[in-house]
Amino acid sequence: MKVYVPRDSAAKALGADTVAEAIRAEAEKRGLEIELIRNGTRGMIWLEPLVEIDRGAGREGFGPVTVAEVPALLDGTLEGLGKVEEIPFFARQTRLTFARCGVTDPLSLADYEAHGGLRGLRRALGMSAEAIVDEVKLSGLRGRGGAGFPTGIKWDTVRLAHAEQKYIVCNADEGDSGTFADRMIIEGDPFCLIEGMAIAGLGVGATKGYVYLRSEYPDAIAVLNQVVEIARKDGLLGGDVLGSGRAFDMEVRVGAGAYVCGEETSLLNSLEGKRGVVRAKPPLPALEGFMGRPTVVNNVLSLATVPVVFEKGAEFYAGFGLGRSKGTMPIQIAGNVKRGGLYETAFGLPLGELIEDVAGGTASGRPVKAVQVGGPLGAYFAPSQFDTPFGYEEFDGAGGLIGHAGVVVFDDTADMLKMARFAMEFCAVESCGKCTPCRIGAVRGVETIDRIAAGDGSAVPLLTDLCETMKDGSLCALGGFTPYPVMSALTLFPEDFATAKEAAE
Amino acid sequence: MPQSVPQPSVEEIAALIDSQIALEGPLLPILHAIQSACGYVPQMAVPMIADALNITAAEVHGVMSFYHDFREVPAGRHVVRICRAEACQAMGGTALAEATLARLGLEWHGTTANGVVTIEPVYCLGLCACAPAAMVDDRVVGRVDAARMDAILTEAGA
Ligand SMILES: Cc1cc2nc3c(=O)[nH]c(=O)nc-3n(C[C@H](O)[C@H](O)[C@H](O)COP(=O)(O)O)c2cc1C
Ligand code: SF4
Ligand code: FES
Repeated sequence: MKVYVPRDSAAKALGADTVAEAIRAEAEKRGLEIELIRNGTRGMIWLEPLVEIDRGAGREGFGPVTVAEVPALLDGTLEGLGKVEEIPFFARQTRLTFARCGVTDPLSLADYEAHGGLRGLRRALGMSAEAIVDEVKLSGLRGRGGAGFPTGIKWDTVRLAHAEQKYIVCNADEGDSGTFADRMIIEGDPFCLIEGMAIAGLGVGATKGYVYLRSEYPDAIAVLNQVVEIARKDGLLGGDVLGSGRAFDMEVRVGAGAYVCGEETSLLNSLEGKRGVVRAKPPLPALEGFMGRPTVVNNVLSLATVPVVFEKGAEFYAGFGLGRSKGTMPIQIAGNVKRGGLYETAFGLPLGELIEDVAGGTASGRPVKAVQVGGPLGAYFAPSQFDTPFGYEEFDGAGGLIGHAGVVVFDDTADMLKMARFAMEFCAVESCGKCTPCRIGAVRGVETIDRIAAGDGSAVPLLTDLCETMKDGSLCALGGFTPYPVMSALTLFPEDFATAKEAAE
Repeated sequence: MPQSVPQPSVEEIAALIDSQIALEGPLLPILHAIQSACGYVPQMAVPMIADALNITAAEVHGVMSFYHDFREVPAGRHVVRICRAEACQAMGGTALAEATLARLGLEWHGTTANGVVTIEPVYCLGLCACAPAAMVDDRVVGRVDAARMDAILTEAGA
């Protein structure tokens, strides 16, 4: 009998370790032979700890399981969820990037291979660099870190650059509130990221990779370090990748708690051991990146999607999606929702369907008031905009952005003035300090919103002007996009900015 | 002082610097190595790092102060980080944080008088689907309510 208990941080945060321990102890007490596997998460966080039992006829799910329920679980008397893969939230997804996450043992390269792993890399090893980059272009894959830049075009710039040494840098800084997909794939299917980075290396002629992983993710850091060791030992990384004679190796580097270091040039400075100040572009990192050398900087999800593109073919991948948003997006549903977690689906799903149908509305049972999409720099959406389909251009058209596809739901108790104030405060705390509109503007923004809260209606146009200045005069999206949440809160929920004033009158 | 400040030796610091110096861009790894061994980055380490990397002490200091993670003084025995970001706010994170600080009589970054617990803000732990979230040293906790926070603080000895 196989028993699966996720090792994902979210599962641990809900007690998975103690449940796993209880299962082990109870099985031993009963003299029961079990194979306990610590898998990644299936992404259904409201069911964690989600234990799966395979008695030979498929994986049955149970959850959330408590320690007290462990005896019944092993007796076979605990009420279950049926076959895990038939749970509607899971069954409705198109899992390409996350195909293995939650299914396999993340530390087992054999398990990885048995589930389609390394097929993409083996195929890429037989292709020219140009053909590799063309395949990525054809897939339509766009950067999942926020800006949505076509990955193949970025790779081509690096491929065509001449240098002794080029680099693949994986951006695993994942600082956006409401996002956790990078963390989940690193904890749940880390070989997939390694494979994607190795293919990127072949495509652009880079032999060295770095993963810049945020310090707030100790579990992910531990897993990735462990897996890099395994990959080296088993010849996936090193001087002779899978016996091809080609070299690729990588290192994990830990961030130090600065949100702005998710911005690619700030990240490169940080990786070089400097203050994480944003660099002016040009030069592009693709030409002068890490140590001044040509560098691919890609988000974890962009790189972790590359293996499936090579395994199944670019056309297969591009066959999913909507317009210029090709393929699938691992959407992260968070905040005040009944069913939160990771939901990978083809682009095109309307926002409202995601929230009402997939996520089941709020956890509190109260009406949805606002939804923030794309992290702290993303706009708030009101239910009146719920017909917006999930796509880069479509969200842009609605005055927002997809970003890293975090969706944070708020019920009607949310105070949008406070949320706008928080956006400014966050920008002030995290600003790298390089430009005045961001460094000073964000501090002014907090003060101005405080004036509005105190009943000074004349501060509203000031706030609007300030947002304009920040938008136009900031070097990067921290200062430049903070106006998104602020202005969307102000325009969609004017009543939250007026109550204090009216009460005072 | 409720607890004595650990003072690592010059040899210990030198060994830690040495363990990372061969890396490309070794400064952050060096600072992390020292902080994870000592709990903070002691002042005496700064000129040693500067020397080893052939940069000025001011530059080392500039880098240290840029990042939220690096400490110039030790924290309490346990660090409790409470998420302040949006998804946790949507689930009552702000009230939880305020109640916790009030109960301990602390501001953010403060340490209890017995030196046992430091409370730090954090902006997202990637646990946004089981908010509000916190981290006790390296251990993650989800769906933290008043009772759970109480248990955390009691266990930590606050
Ligand atoms: C303030 C700020 C924070 C960012 N944080 C991240 C991050 O945490 N992860 C990420 O992949 N990209 C982040 N980005 C976007 C990166 O600058 C960059 O566009 C991305 O890493 C490129 O990879 P991609 O093309 O695969 O998306 C951030 C940008 C800004 C302005
Ligand atoms: S907008 Fe803010 S974070 Fe971005 S470069 Fe300017 S000061 Fe730095
Ligand atoms: S917002 Fe609190 S864990 Fe992500």
